Amino acid sequence: MVTAVTSLGRSGLHDWFIQRLSAVVMAVFAIYIGWFVATTPDLQYPQWVAFFQQWLVKAFAVVTVILMSLHIWVGMWIVSTDYLKPTGIRMVFQGALILYCLVIIVWGIQILWSV
Amino acid sequence: MKFSIYRYNPETDSRPSMQEYELDIPAGSDMMLLEALMLLKDKDPTLTFRRACREGICGSDGMNINGKNGLACVTPVSELGKKAVIRPLPGLPVVRDLVVDMTQFYRQYEKVKPYLQNRNEPPARERLQSPEERAKLDGLYECILCACCSTSCPSFWWNPDKFVGPAGLLQAYRFLADSRDTETEQRLSDLDDAYSVFRCRGIMNCVSVCPKGLNPTKAIGHIRSMLLAKGV
Repeated sequence: MVTAVTSLGRSGLHDWFIQRLSAVVMAVFAIYIGWFVATTPDLQYPQWVAFFQQWLVKAFAVVTVILMSLHIWVGMWIVSTDYLKPTGIRMVFQGALILYCLVIIVWGIQILWSV
Repeated sequence: MKFSIYRYNPETDSRPSMQEYELDIPAGSDMMLLEALMLLKDKDPTLTFRRACREGICGSDGMNINGKNGLACVTPVSELGKKAVIRPLPGLPVVRDLVVDMTQFYRQYEKVKPYLQNRNEPPARERLQSPEERAKLDGLYECILCACCSTSCPSFWWNPDKFVGPAGLLQAYRFLADSRDTETEQRLSDLDDAYSVFRCRGIMNCVSVCPKGLNPTKAIGHIRSMLLAKGV
């Protein structure tokens, strides 16, 4: 079996499952937001804030942000192992990617919780 | 008809080049590309390519024909337009002209243990299968290992040492689907890493080039489903 210490999950199946699951959740979230925008007449800042103040929307958004960063990690990890052949460059890229994903999670939660 | 053929002899050439050839093809003859190549080889004996059965059974003459992998022996020249551009199968080291080194391809094939494994005591005569069980192997056993699919797959180009590739995975599923094989669990465990199966992104180049009309992407989908069923 090929080992891959920087892959997200313990196995290929694990990564694949996370990628598919997160894709479904992101799609549902995007449709939900689209539905809210389409069905709210005269959408202004107060309505937008009120929408995100509902705890269910908040929780859904937080889950989506976390799954989105996992999705980014799995996808970009695959791209980096396909196209970045020199080990040094690949390690720097993956390191920056981890940082990026963590920032998205922390910052995203901070923004969503502050509403 | 014009031919532009990839030429490379590592012993004498510093780099590969394309050589132009012309061949008079008698009107009304719909010869196969392999026959045309053999006529060109009569004129220029240094032109090198593999061939054997000349009827799409042995899988020796896989090559890149006008940008698409295929077998020269079952490709009519009439389908190739005014000019045919012939290159070796992409992604494998060139030995000479259209002959590639298939070591990497066979190594991946070897990895999936392409033979029946059965721990049980052999019966007095033979291990029987019902017609339904046998039917599950249709579309899998016909592979002739010509490497047209794996060498058209970008995932195989980028990671030929880690991704098994469509040809290998088709055979992996051929034995996973075989009712007489008892090593399903071990076979699946051997495939459950980030590369072997999961580097397939489902672009289906393999399906579009297979000269036998097989569907490796579908087989890979079945392997994924089996891994999922085992894993959840």
